[in-house]
Amino acid sequence: MKAILSGNEAIARGFIEAGGRLVSSYPGTPSTEVTETLATEYKESKIHVEWATNEKVALEVAIGGAISGVRSMACMKHVGVNVAADPLLTVAYTGVNAGLVLFVADDPGMFSSQNEQDSRHYARFAKIPCVEPSDSQEAKEFLKLAFEISEQFDTPVLFRTTTRVSHCKSVVSLSEPSISEVKELVKDFAKYVMLPSNAQKRHVFVEERMQRLKEFAEETSLNLEIEGSNEIGFIANGISFQYVREAFPEASVLKLGLTWPLPENKIKAFASKVKKLIVVEELDPIFEDTIKAMGIRVDVGKNLFPVCGEYSKHLVYEKVSGKKVELKAPVAGLTRRPPTLCPGCSHRGLFTTLSKLKYFVSGDIGCYTLGGLPPFSAMHTCICMGASISAAHGIAKGLELQGIKQKPIAVIGDSTFLHSGITGLIDMVYNSGDAVVVIMNNDTTGMTGGQEHPGTGRTAKGKEAIKLSIEKLCHTIGAKRVRNIDTYNLKELEKIFKEEMETEGPSVLISNQPCVLRYRVAKKALKVNKEKCTACKMCLKVGCVALSLMEEGETKFVQIDPLLCNGCTVCQQQCKFDAIEGGEV
Amino acid sequence: MSVFNIVIAGVGGQGVLLTSKIIAESALQHGYDVKQSEVHGMAQRGGSVVSFVRFGEKVYAPMVSEGEADLLIGFEPVETARYIHFLKETGNVIYNTYRMSSITVSIGAEKYPENIGEIIKNSAKNVYQFSGTSIAIEAGDKRALNIVMMGAAMKFLPFEKNDVLEVIKKTVNKKVVDVNVKAFELGFNSMR
Repeated sequence: MKAILSGNEAIARGFIEAGGRLVSSYPGTPSTEVTETLATEYKESKIHVEWATNEKVALEVAIGGAISGVRSMACMKHVGVNVAADPLLTVAYTGVNAGLVLFVADDPGMFSSQNEQDSRHYARFAKIPCVEPSDSQEAKEFLKLAFEISEQFDTPVLFRTTTRVSHCKSVVSLSEPSISEVKELVKDFAKYVMLPSNAQKRHVFVEERMQRLKEFAEETSLNLEIEGSNEIGFIANGISFQYVREAFPEASVLKLGLTWPLPENKIKAFASKVKKLIVVEELDPIFEDTIKAMGIRVDVGKNLFPVCGEYSKHLVYEKVSGKKVELKAPVAGLTRRPPTLCPGCSHRGLFTTLSKLKYFVSGDIGCYTLGGLPPFSAMHTCICMGASISAAHGIAKGLELQGIKQKPIAVIGDSTFLHSGITGLIDMVYNSGDAVVVIMNNDTTGMTGGQEHPGTGRTAKGKEAIKLSIEKLCHTIGAKRVRNIDTYNLKELEKIFKEEMETEGPSVLISNQPCVLRYRVAKKALKVNKEKCTACKMCLKVGCVALSLMEEGETKFVQIDPLLCNGCTVCQQQCKFDAIEGGEV
Repeated sequence: MSVFNIVIAGVGGQGVLLTSKIIAESALQHGYDVKQSEVHGMAQRGGSVVSFVRFGEKVYAPMVSEGEADLLIGFEPVETARYIHFLKETGNVIYNTYRMSSITVSIGAEKYPENIGEIIKNSAKNVYQFSGTSIAIEAGDKRALNIVMMGAAMKFLPFEKNDVLEVIKKTVNKKVVDVNVKAFELGFNSMR
């Protein structure tokens, strides 16, 4: 049977076909759909699928699963591996019992990420194999092979995609799900307890394992040689392979599917057959540097290809042929359309207020990062998951050392708070910090499309679960001032901020309004009374796409698109002329 | 056949990705190799969204390049213009005339181009326009715009109508099958 699957859906299918049993993940674009697919499409399969509180926990749960004897996988985006790096670097030593795969999706071009790190470094760093597919069929087949490699070599396997492989759909031939052999849980002190005396021996094992993996790399079907003209020979991986095939269909290609360690002999033989050797890899020159270190000449690599951003078939053609491709230019002067908060979003009232009060805002990762864009421009740092609170604490302390008394604001969402914001808050409370922490609890992991977390009271498969109370948690860690806020009530919100700025010590403000997108909140649209509207533009400061300034001859007025407006009344509260009518009370 | 290239452009939330999925599934039903690409996450929050579908005997790259598209399906006028340079000389454009403000317009930083219809007309040879949004509302739900666009696009696609209808019935939520079948028919008839 054939189906059209995205790379991520194919990985989920591959997991089922490989007889995988346990998945633990944290959502993050472009990796999320692997776990979502397993939790929904394969809901009835006897697999355990969970959203973990963060990537470190996810990997540790998967490690436990593998040790227990079932094939296990942890899924995350590239920056998530930084969070999971601690267990990763040591599970590389312990090895596995049943197979263990860490699936990571990189984001060249940063469609939805704060950096474009190349996760292949982690395979080299941890001394484990890295497997990379170039389309959905391979995503499914290679995942099965990754589990086999994991068990054969007693190693975790890094399974890496990029946005274009994860989110592009292509035709996949489906096979029957298999039932993998379950292994027995064993107590093996020397293998699983990484005390120095044991770890010293395991490190030797890791180095020997790498030698065996290098031999394996020479013969594995994951690395494929396509014979063509001997004028140019390409070495490419993942989506770059597809660009090469399209730009130079006649050329010879060595396609790497096992991208760490590299097959030295195979590459040497390939290089000797072609007149010009070209390495096409998005992001960092990991192949190129390694191939050069083997003493092989690389004619074209990062000397012409960029390290930043994603590639395309035109880019490959231009860099290799040296010929400029004349492309039709885009229409100039069009209005831009950057992403924005949804109409009705609970973050809008918060950022309208923060923008007005001109506080310094330490931000975090989520939809609310959009509060940094105009018209709000009310976010002044955003580093990584959970950094808002700890950075605000550091900023307050740093200012205090300079003799400046200024309380910064931290803004963080519910899922991000539970991911790694809570540790920052514990630190702030413990070390007598002084900042206002706003937790925008919209009862979902919003930016990635609405996943469950410990605060929603439902599991990944939608079953009822223990519901964590953020408010109680904050009290428990010793926060003295914890207040609920309603971000749809601007006057009250402003009053609360002013009060909290006057107090000493940490304050926690919690908003408990549901995500309008996830929970399909639909309130009646508001309307502008043209007679009363003075076109003062105060309402436009709330940054809502439902509003637009219209001109009819000499008259200017604001119009509300009834198909977009969600009736949240934030714009209405900004209007000094009562020109915006309607609204449920 | 050589590869048939489609660009589908619109605003996050309009359902561009579902139209893209239906075209891809229909292409598979008709025995083609097919690749489709899209972007999730940050780009979807009311921002500009584009999806590519390519089908033919064998397809490698999932993205359509500038000057390569046989068909551009535009859900919104400015978004249609934004990707019109992807069209080849002989390509067709079909777009929904209902205008959506962008955040830059809503905050008064930019103006929506009044002459957007002219811009589109001057940028391509074969332009077809209609109010897809009005048709979706007529079918019973503004959210059925993506299926209206699918119906209208049938004029340029080498697919059997009934096969596509079957794909739609399988793809959309069971509760809204009737609205979507109606949306498809109305869209289909609007281009006849």
